[in-house]
This record gives sequence, structure tokens and C-alpha cells, in this order.
Amino acid sequence: MSEVALNDPAMRTDDGASRAAVLKRLRVTDNVFRLLTRNAALFVLVILSGVILALVIGALPALQKFGISFVFTEVWNPVTEEFGALAPIYGTLVTSAIAMIIAVPVGIMVAFFLTELCAKWLRRPIAIAIELLAGIPSIIYGIWGLFVFAPFLQKHVQPFLIDTFENVPGLSSLFEGPPYGIGMLTAGLILAIMVLPFITAISRDVFDAVPPVLKEAAYGLGCTRWEVFRHVILPYTRVGVIGGVMLGLGRALGETMAVTFVIGNAHKISASILQPGTTISAAIANEFTEAVSDLYTSSLTALGLILFVITFIVLAAARYMLSRIQKRAG
Amino acid sequence: MATFASNPLYARRRRVDVVSKVLAYAATAFGLGWLVLILGILVVNGIGGLTLDVFTHDTPPPGSAGGLLNAIVGSLLMTVLAVAIGTPVGVLAGTYMAEYGRHDKLASVVRFINDILLSAPSIVIGLFVYQIMVAPIGHFSGYAGAVSLAVLVIPVVVRTTEDMLMLVPDTMREAAASIGLPRAHMIVRIAYRAARAGIVTGVLLAVARVSGETAPLLFTALNNQFFSVNMNAPMPSLPVVIFQFALSPYEEWQQLAWTGALIITVTVLALSILARSLTARK
Repeated sequence: MSEVALNDPAMRTDDGASRAAVLKRLRVTDNVFRLLTRNAALFVLVILSGVILALVIGALPALQKFGISFVFTEVWNPVTEEFGALAPIYGTLVTSAIAMIIAVPVGIMVAFFLTELCAKWLRRPIAIAIELLAGIPSIIYGIWGLFVFAPFLQKHVQPFLIDTFENVPGLSSLFEGPPYGIGMLTAGLILAIMVLPFITAISRDVFDAVPPVLKEAAYGLGCTRWEVFRHVILPYTRVGVIGGVMLGLGRALGETMAVTFVIGNAHKISASILQPGTTISAAIANEFTEAVSDLYTSSLTALGLILFVITFIVLAAARYMLSRIQKRAG
Repeated sequence: MATFASNPLYARRRRVDVVSKVLAYAATAFGLGWLVLILGILVVNGIGGLTLDVFTHDTPPPGSAGGLLNAIVGSLLMTVLAVAIGTPVGVLAGTYMAEYGRHDKLASVVRFINDILLSAPSIVIGLFVYQIMVAPIGHFSGYAGAVSLAVLVIPVVVRTTEDMLMLVPDTMREAAASIGLPRAHMIVRIAYRAARAGIVTGVLLAVARVSGETAPLLFTALNNQFFSVNMNAPMPSLPVVIFQFALSPYEEWQQLAWTGALIITVTVLALSILARSLTARK
């Protein structure tokens, strides 16, 4: 700070100007700046209301035409102009569920490793590497998934799943049909890799916030590391971990490009997770520029509105939980 | 020791502990493995096509050689404009929340909404900008692409600006106030200066975030196979070209997609490492 703040031109009294005039000028700039920042903050609210309003207006024709049955109809036929959102909604929920089933335990175990087991000097490099995983653009996951991961699953994993579960009642329909490579399972697995860093990062932060006294007390009683983690750290940070999981879920629900590459874009509901399907975001990305009629565009916008409402609820719940644990940590 | 080891309860607890440790190591190896695998395959597939032609030629028609020049220029133009729009708004909004509104209702509502925008699906932002710009104007444009990216820049900058200003010690603010410095001058001259590295970090992170974004550009900037700096017309971008080329059946196009993917990833990772090192020095 070489320059002294008082040397600011606004601070100096020019020869002619009186002291009162300078003070007035300062007051005016002060107020202008405050209003400027306040309006910028309000602008953030304007953006959100704008997003909701624009989506509602865009979706209105489709919602008027199909009503509430839009959400419960599976048909998606651009030729006869019949549109229903059930297949994309189903695909979104199923792929996200697959992602969370894998990413939640793995993410929490990585955070357990980072906070309790890992050597101190190794913590930062590993944490940074996991965060880099979060920084890779989703289109990279998409192209990698299409050319590398899907063929691998098709050749080595899916035939194995089909054979293994063929005669298991209940599970056989889940892993049925020819191995396409692309499909709901592939999309879910890629989503799992993508949300893993988010869950790990937040779990690690909340685990780190556990008062050392609590852990030391448990170790003093002779608990093993796992027992300390399972019975002291996890119960103490439960709300925060759930918040982190919800945040990851929000990402998974709205993720577009990685899924678009590998989902297959088929507007149908299959019991088997090896079959192609579609998600809300993939349907919009694939079809929006090709949608010629107004009703088609409007139906896709209605899909966007549904997605926004779902993610808004999930993210709001996540933020609420995370703010609760922040308050407790002081 | 012998008595402990022969105690079945103790043995079981130790077994569970060992299993949990193995699982934790395995989970970490699993997470890091993907990073290595994805980056490795990206380098192997992308580096072959990484010639000077990529930076000097435009995207080719199917079946012939070419480069990515128009896509790279389009991405740069839209990113620069997006940052130019998003940074002032974001910094000012973050300033309000850290300096003026620490305890008021507006700031906490904005903070909540901003956090939601931070993770909102980017494709929805694309739909939003389509509704407010593309549909009324009647055609796709680089401006619309830049605006949709700016909407993604703002929450990142708001968040980091607020966080970084909160780290500036209040004693500095009090010292400035005690010599009669008006609040606006205190913020610009003292607080901004103390938080400068952090605010720059926020802008870099925002650039890293938007330079890989594809979904919001698909129906705002669309694409353009020719070189164009006219932002009032459809504009190509690296991610959208990768999307189009990767899904095509032509080998030249797929190779260009891999090369483009490598360029984007290196850029994004370099930006986020640079951003991290800026604040880590403190």
C-alpha cells in the first residue's frame, strides 16, 4: 500500500472549493457507491425471478394444452405433437439415484481417509487432486464416456451383469436386454464420478470441524479409528454430510453434457438400467434446436421448468442444512 | 497382549477397523484413479492431433483436414464479454453483502439465492437466455451466448468477493473510519486492496467454470462453421464444436473433438491451479 488513501484526489481541497463542497461531494459519492452495490445485490434476485418467470411463460402453452397429465404421460411424439415428461423425469431420477448409491459411500470414505487416516503431508495434494476432478468440464466426461467408458462397459461389465443376474428373481429385469454400452447405468456411473468430489469436499470440511476434544475423548476410551468415525464424527456432522449429499444430488439432477453423450436419448421407460433412456437435461440439449413447432419448444421449456423446480428444492434443502451446521460450528 | 487377542470382542473390533481402513484406502484410490484415467486417455487421444494447424485453420467440412481457430476465437470473445459483464455486477453485489449488509435481511436472502444459482443446472440458464434474447430478437447470437455465460459468472464472483472481503480484518476498516475516510473510499481504497488477490481468484475460477460450459451455448450462440467475430450472429465455441464433432461419424472430426477437449481441459486446470496459488501464498 504505497499510496496513502488521503492522497486521493477526492480528498484534497482545491483552491477555490470550500470545505463544505468537498464534504458534500464525498457524501454523494458515498451514497452512489452504496446504492450501486445494493442494486447489484438486488440484481442477483432479479436473475432468479427472471429465470423462473421466463421458464413459466415459455412453458405455458404446453402446460395449458396438456395440463397436469404432462408430468404423468410417457408419450413423446414430435410428429403428432403429443408430449409427456414421464420418461425424462424417470431417467433423471434413476440416473441420479445410481450416481448417489455409488458416490455417497465412496465420497464419505474418501473424506474419512483424508481427515483421519492420511499422513498430514499427503492431505493437501490428494484434496487438490480430488477437487481437480470437480473442475474438469462435463463435456470431457461426455466424450470420454462415449468413446472409452461405454465400450468398456459393453464388452466387459454388462455381459457379466446380465449373466450373473439372469436367474435372480427381482434383479433379472433390472439387468435385462442386450449390452448397448450406452444407457442409464453408464450415465449413472459417470454422474457418480462427477459428484464424488463435491461430496468428498463438503464431508471433509464438516469432519474437520469436529472439536478435537470429542475425538480425543473417544480415543481415550480405547475406540478404534472406525469407531470414532462411526460413533462420534458421523453423528456429530450428520446434518452437514446430508447437506453435502443433497448438493451433489442437485448437481447430478441437472448435469447435461456428460449424460447427453451416453444416455441414448430414447423417450421410453425400461425396467432394465442397461437400456437407453433420456433425462430432462439430455432431452433439452438434444432436441431444443431441432424443435420446429411452438408446442415442441414449449414442451421442452416445460421440462426445463420441472428440472429447475426439482433442483431448486434439493439445493435449498442442502443450503439450509449446511447453514445449520455452520451456525453450530460458530 | 495374548489376553486381548484371544478376546473375541476385541478381535472383532480390530477386524472391523482393518476392513474400514482398507475400504477408505480403496475409495481414495478409486477417486484418484478416475482422474488419472480420464486425463491419461485425454492426453493420449488428443495429443496426436495437436498441431499448429489446429490454431491456424477453421473447422473443416466433413471428411477434410482443418483446425479449431474459429471455435477458439468464438469461445474467447464470449468468455471475455461474459467476464466483462459478470465481474462488476458480482464484485459490487459481494461488496454489499460483506460491507453494508452483514446483518440485514436482504443480504441473507441474496446469499441464499446466490448459492442456489451457483449450482443451478446451466442448461436452464440457456433456456432463460433463449426466452429473453434469442426468441424476441429472432436469431441466435454471440451476445446471447455471452449473456448466458455472464449469468454463470456472477454467482461465482459474488461468493468469492464476499468471502474474501470477510477475511479483511475489521481493524483496518476501523482505522480508515477513524481518520474520517468515507465508507465508499474505505472499501475501494482499503478493503479491495487487501482482498485483491482473492477477488482475482474468484474471477479466474469463474473463467475456468464458463470456458468448459456447453449446455447454455447450445441454443444461445448456436454454432458457426466459419470464422466470425460478429457477435450479433451465431458464433462457434470450442465446447459446442466438440459436442458436434464427437457425435459425428467422421474420423477427422472426432480427432478434432479430442484435441479440442485436451485444449479446454488444460486451460481449465491451469486456470484453477493458478487461482489456487494466488490465494495460497497468503
